[in-house]
Amino acid sequence: MNATTLPTTARVRRTRATQEPAWVRWSLIGLTLAFLTLFLFVPLILVFYEALKKGTDVYFAAIIEPDALSAIRLTLTVAAIAVPLNLVFGVAAAWAIAKFEFRGKNLLITLIDLPFSVSPVVSGLIYVLIFGLQGWLGPWLAEHDIKVIFAVTGIVLATVFVTVPFIARELIPLMQAQGTEEEEAAVALGANGWQTFSRVTLPNIKWGLLYGTILCNARAMGEFGAVSVVSGHIRGSTNTLPLHVEILYNEYNFAAAFAVASLLALLALVTLALKTMVESRITQPKENANEHRSA
Amino acid sequence: MSIEVRNLSKQFGTFAALRDVSLEVRSGELLALLGPSGSGKTTLLRVIAGLDVADAGQVLFQGEDATDQHVRERQVGFVFQHYALFRNMTIFENVAFGLRVRPKDVRPPDAEIRERVHELLKLVQLDWLAERYPHQLSGGQRQRIALARALAVEPKVLLLDEPFGALDAKVRKELRSWLRRLHDDMHITSVFVTHDQEEALEVADRVVVMNEGRIEQIGTPDEVYENPASPFVYEFLGNVNLFHSRLHRGRAWIDGIEVDAPEHAEAEELAAVAYVRPHDIEVDRVAQGEAALAARVTHVLSVGPIVRLELIREDSEDKNPIQVEISKERFRELQLVRGDQVFIKPRRFDLFPNRIH
Amino acid sequence: MSTFRQHSILPGFNLALGFTLLYLSLIVLIPLSAAFIRTTELTWQEFWFAVTTPRVLASYRLTFGAAFAAASVNAVFGLLVAWVLVRYRFPGKKLIDALVDLPFALPTAVAGIALTALYAGNGWIGQYLEPLGIKVAFTPIGVFVALTFIGLPFVVRTVQPVLEDIEAELEEAAAMLGANRLQTFTRIIFPTIFPALMTGFALAFARAIGEYGSVIFIAGNMPMVSEITPLLIITKLEQYDYAGATALAVVMLVISFILLLVINLLQWWGRRRGALA
Repeated sequence: MNATTLPTTARVRRTRATQEPAWVRWSLIGLTLAFLTLFLFVPLILVFYEALKKGTDVYFAAIIEPDALSAIRLTLTVAAIAVPLNLVFGVAAAWAIAKFEFRGKNLLITLIDLPFSVSPVVSGLIYVLIFGLQGWLGPWLAEHDIKVIFAVTGIVLATVFVTVPFIARELIPLMQAQGTEEEEAAVALGANGWQTFSRVTLPNIKWGLLYGTILCNARAMGEFGAVSVVSGHIRGSTNTLPLHVEILYNEYNFAAAFAVASLLALLALVTLALKTMVESRITQPKENANEHRSA
Repeated sequence: MSIEVRNLSKQFGTFAALRDVSLEVRSGELLALLGPSGSGKTTLLRVIAGLDVADAGQVLFQGEDATDQHVRERQVGFVFQHYALFRNMTIFENVAFGLRVRPKDVRPPDAEIRERVHELLKLVQLDWLAERYPHQLSGGQRQRIALARALAVEPKVLLLDEPFGALDAKVRKELRSWLRRLHDDMHITSVFVTHDQEEALEVADRVVVMNEGRIEQIGTPDEVYENPASPFVYEFLGNVNLFHSRLHRGRAWIDGIEVDAPEHAEAEELAAVAYVRPHDIEVDRVAQGEAALAARVTHVLSVGPIVRLELIREDSEDKNPIQVEISKERFRELQLVRGDQVFIKPRRFDLFPNRIH
Repeated sequence: MSTFRQHSILPGFNLALGFTLLYLSLIVLIPLSAAFIRTTELTWQEFWFAVTTPRVLASYRLTFGAAFAAASVNAVFGLLVAWVLVRYRFPGKKLIDALVDLPFALPTAVAGIALTALYAGNGWIGQYLEPLGIKVAFTPIGVFVALTFIGLPFVVRTVQPVLEDIEAELEEAAAMLGANRLQTFTRIIFPTIFPALMTGFALAFARAIGEYGSVIFIAGNMPMVSEITPLLIITKLEQYDYAGATALAVVMLVISFILLLVINLLQWWGRRRGALA
């Protein structure tokens, strides 16, 4: 391609010819800000406002209360199990899908995406159908005194289900775009499978991996519907943070409900901040790749 | 319609794309803006079109100031380097677009639009593609459709940005002469941008050579090629050999060969460079008088009617190879092979005093 | 194996694919198939009866109606947000761009109680709507509001990259041919982003249909009025009506699969359009 564009021009340079009049521009910006304020920012601010309305004493009391602490512990535990599992799955699936050509690949990608399109309630229900008292394995589990439903195991399973796609779907397009040349070069130079993966592939996908992990973690800690079905809402035992919020709210303990909710909102904000930071790391090499291709 | 550009300047951040550029495009001529990347040629074209706005200066169409006129009102046809065909529309609809978006009171009736579009498609010899979509066409076909689309609105001026830049060499050549013929038939004032000197010299009535945001030279293809006004034009248009020289009161010493340089009568002990085209170097087996430089043949390329020689000077520190072109006939006469000693003499040259850095 | 996959010198295919299939089967496929297999315990009549009682039908109407309305609002405003974020510069743009994903990151229960508090009769927004006779919280409108919230990022994030990829040249060409901005938008830009817009709409719709956490707080959950289908499943489960819950779950699953298919087709359509440069 003959580069005739000027060195300082951005890819899409807006000029008078392709720019709306100022009043249109500012009206659209104003409308957007109004819509987002109403639907996003006000609810977010309200969480913190309601949480602190009755003072910081009430706020912290709600958070360090034993049931809340146990909910925090459980939420962290569940995420600590579910995220690594899906991390391993995501890498394995992306390796198979992005680095090899085989039949049924598209079907496999669709299957990985499946949990995204299943209602959280149904996601919980299917585990009840298997492990619940009336489920397939229910009688056997009861005989051996193993509890899955209304226990931590069930919560983990439901959480794993709803977060299956996060890391895989982040890695697959990234690794597909990167191709197989570098790995083939490594193998040709005598690297074994693990060396190839850890020294060539992993450095290339680390930001994508982190990105997927952040999103996966946010959903794992925040999942409500699926967990709600399998948890049984046993205070201090099978209550995750989102479930704890529900219980407090239904007890009309609004200050405490919003205090706990503010923790989750903070988690969301941290997630978004990390996500934005990591995003800029992922997009840069992508743009370079584009330049490379068009050169 | 004539176009006049007065003292245009345009800055992109710290980069000066245009520095005080003035230019006149005569009515009905086909003008080439030629220059390397970043020379400002595309910016100049876009300012004329109204796609970019200059920081200073004026654009006049037929003597009337159009600087503040919106693109929509300039009645300018523009052909983009990458065609910019609307991919969601058929070829027919692409060409009809400019007519269809007109306000109701000046929009031609449907039947007339149809007729006009088919006329244009015939003009570019692609009326059989009317119902296809852009992606089903080859690059050359797309470029012709882009041209037909630009012509549909009956522009007074046609501007083409690297019209053949994205095409492969063979199609490029075909389209080039086709554009020339089309222009000869239509006589619409046209300006096209190119970085390809061959293209500019072959197609245009006049060539504007640009460099670093300035116009280096304006002239017919012959003028700019035969009488380059600056070292830049010399180097940009074709191959050239450089010889260290000295100027003094109307005399010049090109690597020791003394010659007349009447245009430099005022020069006092000035270091200069002589620019000599490869075909303006005489080659002999024996020295014709003293005014010749000894060189050795290091490379011979004898394919085609012109034979290219690469020589290395024997009597100089300057070991840059010298490019020489001689006719096949002369080559046979001389019977040169690699390693032969020859004597060379510049037949025609231009002297430019060294630029002060 | 040779016909199943193309040759490659890279190692680990069998291990990676084997693990992927095993994991997917255990976590996703077998549990999902449980729902379908369990419904076979019902006769066709029993199944049909379970999924068509008046209360269930009312929940369908609410779920699909509110999801459709929310996705439509998101299509319009999502396009607007994407347009403004891609095309214009204004203070705070980066922050807003990042916060658009808030509904993805914020646990649904938190969204649910926040929206409820906001739109309740004494809430920040509700207090102004109440005197106008508009009740949002504990009515179907509340369901619509919650679904709009959770579906907001989908259209923005599907349209944004397509909008970014539109070459400036296309719009310049339209302007050079005399089109005004509105004509350029309707004839050039909109057809280009339409597949992405539809994909975003379908994603938001699919998500809204299954949504539970953010809705149950604000909906009021009155049978026949503001009870969504996912809640009905839980209600049946709590009444130990496993068969009824499963039958409803199967209906939801089938609809999810159809939507998934539609979304895949839309994405394929969009890619095809995008590829035909």
